[in-house]
Amino acid sequence: MSSTPPPAASRARPGEPLLSVRDLCVEYVTPTGPVRAVDRVSFEIGRGQVFGLAGESGSGKSTAAMAAMRLLQPPAVITGGEVHYEGRDVLAMGEDELRAFRWKEIALVFQSAMNALNPVLTVGAQIADVIERHENVSSAQALERAAELLALVGIESSRLRSYPHQLSGGMRQRVVIAIALALNPPLLFMDEPTTALDVVVQKEILQQIAELKERLGFSILFITHDLSLMLEFCDTVGILYAGRLCEVAPAKELFANPQHPYTRGLMRSFPELHGPKQRIEGIPGSPPDMRSPPSGCRFHPRCSVAIPVCDQEQPQLITLAAPALARAVGAETDTPDAPVGQQRGHRVACHVAAQTAGSSDV
Amino acid sequence: MSFFRQLLSNRKANIGLTLLGVFVLIATIGPYLVRDASEFLTTPLSPPDSEFWLGSTSQGQDVFAQTIVGARTSLLIGFLVGIVVVAIGATVGIAAGFFGGWVDDVLSLLTNVFLIIPGLPLAVVLAAYLEAGPVSIAFVLILTGWAWNARVIRAQTLSLRRKDFVAAAIVAGESRLRIMFFEILPNMTSLIVSGFIGATVYAIGAQVGLEFLALGDVSKVTWGTNLYWAANNQALLTESWWTIVPTGVCVALVGFALVMINFAIDEITNPRLRSEGGWKAVVRAAGVTPGFSTPVLRRGSLADSNALADSSAPALSKEAS
Amino acid sequence: MTYILRRLGFYLIAAWVSLTLNFFIPRFAPGDPASALQARFQGKLEPSAMAAMKVAFGLTDEPLHVQYFTYVKNLLRGDLGTSIAYFPAPVSEVIGKALLWTLFLAGLAVLVSFALGTLLGILTAWKRGSWLDSVAPPTFIFLGAFPYFWMAMLLLYALGFVGGWFPLLHAHSSHLSPSLSLEFIGDALYHAVLPAGSIVIASLGGWLLSMRNTMIGVLSEDYITMAQAKGLSERRVMLHYAARNALLPNVTGFGMALGFVLSGSLLTEIVFSYPGQGYLLFEAVKSQDYPLMQGLFLSITVAVLAANWLVDIAYVWLDPRTRS
Repeated sequence: MSSTPPPAASRARPGEPLLSVRDLCVEYVTPTGPVRAVDRVSFEIGRGQVFGLAGESGSGKSTAAMAAMRLLQPPAVITGGEVHYEGRDVLAMGEDELRAFRWKEIALVFQSAMNALNPVLTVGAQIADVIERHENVSSAQALERAAELLALVGIESSRLRSYPHQLSGGMRQRVVIAIALALNPPLLFMDEPTTALDVVVQKEILQQIAELKERLGFSILFITHDLSLMLEFCDTVGILYAGRLCEVAPAKELFANPQHPYTRGLMRSFPELHGPKQRIEGIPGSPPDMRSPPSGCRFHPRCSVAIPVCDQEQPQLITLAAPALARAVGAETDTPDAPVGQQRGHRVACHVAAQTAGSSDV
Repeated sequence: MSFFRQLLSNRKANIGLTLLGVFVLIATIGPYLVRDASEFLTTPLSPPDSEFWLGSTSQGQDVFAQTIVGARTSLLIGFLVGIVVVAIGATVGIAAGFFGGWVDDVLSLLTNVFLIIPGLPLAVVLAAYLEAGPVSIAFVLILTGWAWNARVIRAQTLSLRRKDFVAAAIVAGESRLRIMFFEILPNMTSLIVSGFIGATVYAIGAQVGLEFLALGDVSKVTWGTNLYWAANNQALLTESWWTIVPTGVCVALVGFALVMINFAIDEITNPRLRSEGGWKAVVRAAGVTPGFSTPVLRRGSLADSNALADSSAPALSKEAS
Repeated sequence: MTYILRRLGFYLIAAWVSLTLNFFIPRFAPGDPASALQARFQGKLEPSAMAAMKVAFGLTDEPLHVQYFTYVKNLLRGDLGTSIAYFPAPVSEVIGKALLWTLFLAGLAVLVSFALGTLLGILTAWKRGSWLDSVAPPTFIFLGAFPYFWMAMLLLYALGFVGGWFPLLHAHSSHLSPSLSLEFIGDALYHAVLPAGSIVIASLGGWLLSMRNTMIGVLSEDYITMAQAKGLSERRVMLHYAARNALLPNVTGFGMALGFVLSGSLLTEIVFSYPGQGYLLFEAVKSQDYPLMQGLFLSITVAVLAANWLVDIAYVWLDPRTRS
């Protein structure tokens, strides 16, 4: 990677997150009226940080990410909120500006590499075309860079001439990562980057991503439904339910002290590797029909601790007071020297949690 | 919403069904309302006038009457062939897809061979050896037209066979015939309808072609024989365009109506093909030009837009506090 | 490579089915066209030609399987019998010259129509709801609903008779004899404008619609979203990512539709007295020339099978997945 410049860390201004998403709303235009798939979702990603977005399929996690790059196709529209990248207003960008912005600043790693790669173009062509598009290089130089990128993810350069179907699943995913790194972007969106792979390959790929992150210093928006991966990988985690964020907290804090009944339910539905054996319980019921979501808190029909107010009022995301946290998890609170831009504290959108934990409004 | 209800609420389907309905009506009662189509009635090759709306042929027959009367045989054979072709296609396709193994190998091979053999020359050879007339034509069209439906229905059967309800029926010990025709067939309504329409379009077109080649009964009045006589009597040299245009336009209108219905069926079964008109209207109403990137419409604009005035979804109205 | 050979095997089977059909149709036809034929030929043909004709129509007293083998043997030697309409020319000779004209006319028309239809399909799918997308598909569906030969008559009438801009009939001017000179090729192309044009107009809608549909399907694939996310130019996404993939199923469809389009173009030849297979077919029907009719069926079938094999080779070239 000698020929690539370091990530745009130099442009960093203190106190400013790399990506800031505020109150983002996405709706689908349907014949029976608009369906809101993402409802006032906010999060920030600091430099070098990994922010995890978790939730069941259909919860809007991929939709939110794609909306932040303006990549959603019809009938989607963004109906509110702000997306700022290094202070640049992504929602105000025009078509040309967006084409220049994409991949250079934010690159994507798709869930299924098989579907993300064009079956009729060689691997080399698919890496080189994005380099040629964004940088003023000859095609020979672009191919040379493509070979370097393949080497970076541990694939020999002879594979440049291979077509996607000639590679194994793990190799394809590495190729997708190599394409994502082609312009050395400061931020990567990873949408379930390993779900389509078997467990051993999954581990290898994740380790590789971690190493590359260490080396190149990019930030990650990590989207998954797998909470155990989150703990391993993320600094901060946001839990989405039916298009709304219901809990945001530093990963360790969230796992030690989940506040939202949905988060707790999610945790219980995974076997714990360490610690006492617990019964695995799913969450009763199924995610709501987004065409007519429940009133108030969208989780209340499935919630075992719901109180009368839950179906009346939509709970706001509030920051739990430090004492409550201290009480709950002992010494492990926010460290004061946490990197700039990282979500501080523990926020939850739940009437019950707000009552019991004691809180201060944001 | 059931398939047929969806079809009735589709604009393209409505255009097609209306147009088709008009022609079916013409074919049914029209012949009773016009002059005798075979009689010598007026000066040969007289251009359209107030008495003979579409002029006369070189035999002094009424072109208007011929066009109306011709609709009957042409449509009747078209629909009949369509029905038989779909029945054969469904039987062969479902059998091949359901039984698999050597049955599938043999039936698929046969299907693919008939699909690739050019239809018209085979039809000509067959028709030439048979007694000229509508029955022979229908037989020839069925023989040359069944394969496409068999292929499409086999593919659909293969995918339905993997579905739970078919597996359940097999485990429950239902007879094979029952599973094929009472479990699988009803789940292919749209495919059967579009197959029928496609076969009818083919049958009408090919029938006109064969009759144009004098392989029909040239003494009967059909759309194909109308064109045969027009060409045979040098309609172009005599510049009597009215002897060819009306019949051709009718054939095309019927074909267009049928294809529009199939177009609508495609849209119903493949949601991706549905028009993005609603989305576009909403985006434009907000003063944004639709492009490739997700448009940004500021808060409230969606609910205000007229395009979705009947919006019942609570998304914006209630909760965007 | 195995793919290409497997396809070749299939075409050989299809060819065998056709020639077998061709053998049995006259033998199982109701009435007795064979003896009618014999009566017609009595005294016209030399004894040896008569014998061959008898074999071809099952008039010998030999058992069926012996007749069949004699028939196949004659076919393999290129002996299709003697034409009645062009008596005493052998059918193979009559067909030979006409086949080239049909391949020229139908080939030209099919390629132009497929290219134009595909291009329009790409553009209409890419700019859905645009002016082009709302006008082109219904227009060409409507034009495609006319019988090919009717469209031919209309063009001939409007641009030939009334307009006088194009020749009214034949494949080339009578004062030129076929050669590879520029003058002759230009003359042949000029004569092909109206017949080919009418085939293009009548068949373009089908290609347009199927390309549009597959394009729309492909456009929702992840690799298209990825290409957009890469910030590639619109042109590159549209052509190299979307159209390249959408083309594949359409090339398969192209092969299957060839026979259909060719059938239409045969009728078009009749309208223009174009000296191809279709015109011969018309002549054969008019003069009840059964040997010629059957020979035409076989030669057209073989041409369609060969064209399909070429399409298969093109497919392998287009789709890397079939190569390994």
